[in-house]
Amino acid sequence: MSQTNKAFSDARPLDQEIAVSVRGVSKNYGSVVALKDMTLEFPRGQLTSLLGPSGCGKTTLLKIIAGLLKPDSGEIIVNGKPVVGPGPNRSFVFQDFALLPWANVMRNVAFGLELRGVAKSEREAKAAKYIKDVGLGGFEKAYPHELSGGMRQRVGLARALAVDSRVLLLDEPFSAVDEQTRRKFQEDLLALVANENKTFIFVTHSIEEAVYVSDQIAILLPRPSRVSEIIRPTSFRSKGVENIRRDPEYLDIVDEIWASLRSYVE
Amino acid sequence: MWIKGYKLPAMSSLLIWGLLWEIIGQLDLTFFVPPLSNVFATLFVIIGSPAFLNALWETAQAFLAGVFFSIVIGIPVGIFMGRSRLLDELLLPWVNIFVSAPLTALVPVLMVLFGFGMKSIIITTTLFGIWIIILNTRAGVRQINRSLVEMATSFGASPLDAFAKVYFWAALPEILGGVRIGVIRAVKGVIIGQLLISIVGFGALFELYASNFLMSHFWAVLIVLFALAFSISEFLGYLERKVSYYAASR
Repeated sequence: MSQTNKAFSDARPLDQEIAVSVRGVSKNYGSVVALKDMTLEFPRGQLTSLLGPSGCGKTTLLKIIAGLLKPDSGEIIVNGKPVVGPGPNRSFVFQDFALLPWANVMRNVAFGLELRGVAKSEREAKAAKYIKDVGLGGFEKAYPHELSGGMRQRVGLARALAVDSRVLLLDEPFSAVDEQTRRKFQEDLLALVANENKTFIFVTHSIEEAVYVSDQIAILLPRPSRVSEIIRPTSFRSKGVENIRRDPEYLDIVDEIWASLRSYVE
Repeated sequence: MWIKGYKLPAMSSLLIWGLLWEIIGQLDLTFFVPPLSNVFATLFVIIGSPAFLNALWETAQAFLAGVFFSIVIGIPVGIFMGRSRLLDELLLPWVNIFVSAPLTALVPVLMVLFGFGMKSIIITTTLFGIWIIILNTRAGVRQINRSLVEMATSFGASPLDAFAKVYFWAALPEILGGVRIGVIRAVKGVIIGQLLISIVGFGALFELYASNFLMSHFWAVLIVLFALAFSISEFLGYLERKVSYYAASR
């Protein structure tokens, strides 16, 4: 536990600049308080997880950052500009992939660019690159129903990458794929964070997944929704993907998070 | 259908009914049912006649125009109703009334409003076909996966793009189902229009043959009409099957 506390105290001050900041955001659904006066900052070029029990408002927060939902009060600042709706500086990866079932992989990956009015040859060249990058080379002409769940999410990821926005919002992207695929995805995600200079905001309900992939973990608690703590693992990020899961700090953080969340799980 | 391991060709039940028809006709039980062979003989005689071709042309014009308006008005209205709570509240009662209303009773009103010509026939045809297309499109749009809508929004789709590139395609299986039923109802509409409004086209032929007790002629025209409606319906059914691969996984 001591290592975790040390990690926690090391978390401040941040030396990175802030890509996305959430300032005093509240959101109610009727009489239900989904988010209450939430303030949170996301450092540029890093992956921040939003982790918490169901009902803690993590997906709501992500959709507010995406501009898909309007907050009742407070504001979101992305790269210095307040969010008023969806914009090209953010792209979204959906839990259920949200692919067009009538379009092949190429069109799906290029769809974000298509909606932005990019010419066909240009957007397909870009899409082809990202299809290869996510490991789907050769499947350009396949349709979503011909792909496995994992491959479909790779399409969703490639589509989000192809629009080349600075901030990637991932809403439980691996929860609908099987365990082994999920592990591969997590490793690939680490490589992606390292190679692409993008800010990742990652919603998950898996403690192990959050600790494994994150530079920073925001623990959200429900009723009323709030950020209970922010954890920044320090030591295992540089040790290589195959060593993370047996690193003592990794195990300590997982235990600590579970200890603080267990009382909220029905 | 399979019988003892042999696959019967589609519509082979029609052979049985055709045979029964022929037997009843040959027995001369009623003037109303002439032998099927006579009906077909008459069919081949009249099918090339100017009167028939003229009727076919008049009916096809009114029918195609009516179907065209049902589709180009019905699908967008259905999409808007499926997407907008307000429009849905406003229009749904009317759609529900008209989809079950005895439209034939409205035809005299249409004659008063729009005269005795082609215009009234086309409007009658449209009124027969359009409501079920609206309802089916609306149902199709309402069950679109929410995240597909959010996806289009998050990538900055303009309203037009969202309609043309996402909502329409996502609702296409239901839309085609609605169009298929709407087209069949439009066949009824065009004939009723031609019988009641101005005696033209197939409606005139039916009127002529029935009032002169030319039952072979009557049945021959009915068979042609059935064959046309059946082909269109089968074609739309074929399109429906082509999109069924994604109907289950939207």
